[in-house]
Amino acid sequence: MQQLTNTLLGGLTLGLVFAAFALALVLIWRSTRVVNFAQAPMAMLTTYVALTLLDDGLPYWVAMLAALACGLVLGAVVEVLLVRRVSHTVEINPVILTLGLFIVFHAVAALVFGNQPRSFPAPFGIRGLSVGGQTIGVTGTDLFAVVAVLVVMGALVALFTLTDLGLRMRAAAFNSEVARMLGVRVGAMLTLGWALAALVGSVSGILIANGSLVSPNYMDSVVVFGFVAAVLGGLESPVGAVVGGLVLGVSVSVVSGYLSSQLVALAALAILMLVLSLRPGGLFSTPAARRV
Amino acid sequence: MLTVEALSAGYGPITALHEVSLTAPEGRITAVLGANGAGKTTLLRTVSGLHPARSGSVRLSDRTLDGLGADKMPGLGMSHVPEGRGVITELTVEENLRLGGLVHGRVGKGDLQRVLDLFPPLVERRAKPAGTLSGGERQMLVIGRALMARPRLLLLDEPSLGLAPRIVAQIFALLRDLVAEEGLSVLLVEQNARSALSVADHGVVLNLGRVVADRPADDLAADDQLRHAYLGF
Repeated sequence: MQQLTNTLLGGLTLGLVFAAFALALVLIWRSTRVVNFAQAPMAMLTTYVALTLLDDGLPYWVAMLAALACGLVLGAVVEVLLVRRVSHTVEINPVILTLGLFIVFHAVAALVFGNQPRSFPAPFGIRGLSVGGQTIGVTGTDLFAVVAVLVVMGALVALFTLTDLGLRMRAAAFNSEVARMLGVRVGAMLTLGWALAALVGSVSGILIANGSLVSPNYMDSVVVFGFVAAVLGGLESPVGAVVGGLVLGVSVSVVSGYLSSQLVALAALAILMLVLSLRPGGLFSTPAARRV
Repeated sequence: MLTVEALSAGYGPITALHEVSLTAPEGRITAVLGANGAGKTTLLRTVSGLHPARSGSVRLSDRTLDGLGADKMPGLGMSHVPEGRGVITELTVEENLRLGGLVHGRVGKGDLQRVLDLFPPLVERRAKPAGTLSGGERQMLVIGRALMARPRLLLLDEPSLGLAPRIVAQIFALLRDLVAEEGLSVLLVEQNARSALSVADHGVVLNLGRVVADRPADDLAADDQLRHAYLGF
């Protein structure tokens, strides 16, 4: 019983981090129809910014906020300088661009920060919390990850559903031409969308790094799960990304806890194939709009 | 209100508009008529900045619109109403309407209510996604959404497309009222010439991207030869 509880709790925690990464992908896909393969290395770069500031003796929170700000700027810069140039060309071009950025960012990180894995501190320790005298398999840092992801998600939901800016952003994403006719500065909305996505990606990057090792490819294993989570959810739906992340996190945790940790990637593939064969559009795909 | 002078536009090697000139005077409904492919929609899209002009100029009152992006137009008092398919299906009816008013900053309850009063069928559907609306309701929504920006000039693209005659008559009657009561000016593009001429003050006939007639509406409707040749009724 205790093992099951710990496995499920660990799975949900892991799932929320996958969900944050998937959410970043969905934000970009929805607004610009680009799959951002460079999401992981962008988050890796900002995590290195945080690590560098921490090594300089700055407090954890300052370093984290600085990293998130860098993520925001990096996302905006990538959209304005690069993505915008190729977004009106052949469909494959943005894909090649983000794949290229994946390689370039990796190389840049290796040159600037070195290839050696460096340890990243855990803000709330790595000891299991004790509940009712029993130690459970969730650490203070895990709890922090859960709270951080929930706060980010809540903030995004509030932005998109409660504010005028969010309404403009959604309009630009759903129908850019009509949005322009109504006075929405679509280009600015897309830049903001990339910036926000990069910020959310940076959050997931830092949460994965907490209490663990950081190297230029430390995010690579998460990339696969983040992408699977986003596709499970339908790539279109933020709610889908979160549910996809949780389903995947729990499944991965159960498989590695009860079967073997070597089967984890296989399990993710099996879930992906199962979902896509039953619902090719993903779990939360919206039905096609009524034709009139 | 709107002056279009020698406007040319096209797509690649094809020229869709050949030096088209026309005016849409204040407080009047001006109809642009012609068959499919006459260049009507290209004209509207070029005027509203969605499609680049090759030459010529467009002025709204005394302000030149040349080279301005489409997103600047609603702020200047000109709203482009796309065909009924131009509702943002994923947003609710109310969100579509509010979006139209954001050009002036925040949208007050009064603004929303004023437009909802014009289109009673939209009231009970305000919280539904716009994708669930019927064709006639969608047409009401795109017009209402444009009115949220309090425009002085409406550019209307084929408001009768795919709608039952009864609904078309309703929508045209509403336009007539808006022009009479609020001094709105309308540039109406229509393939349905009979309905358009019944509501318009003035008609401009396009054929293969050129103006072939520019006359008062009743004068056009009375010209049998022109009607048979270009307007199909």
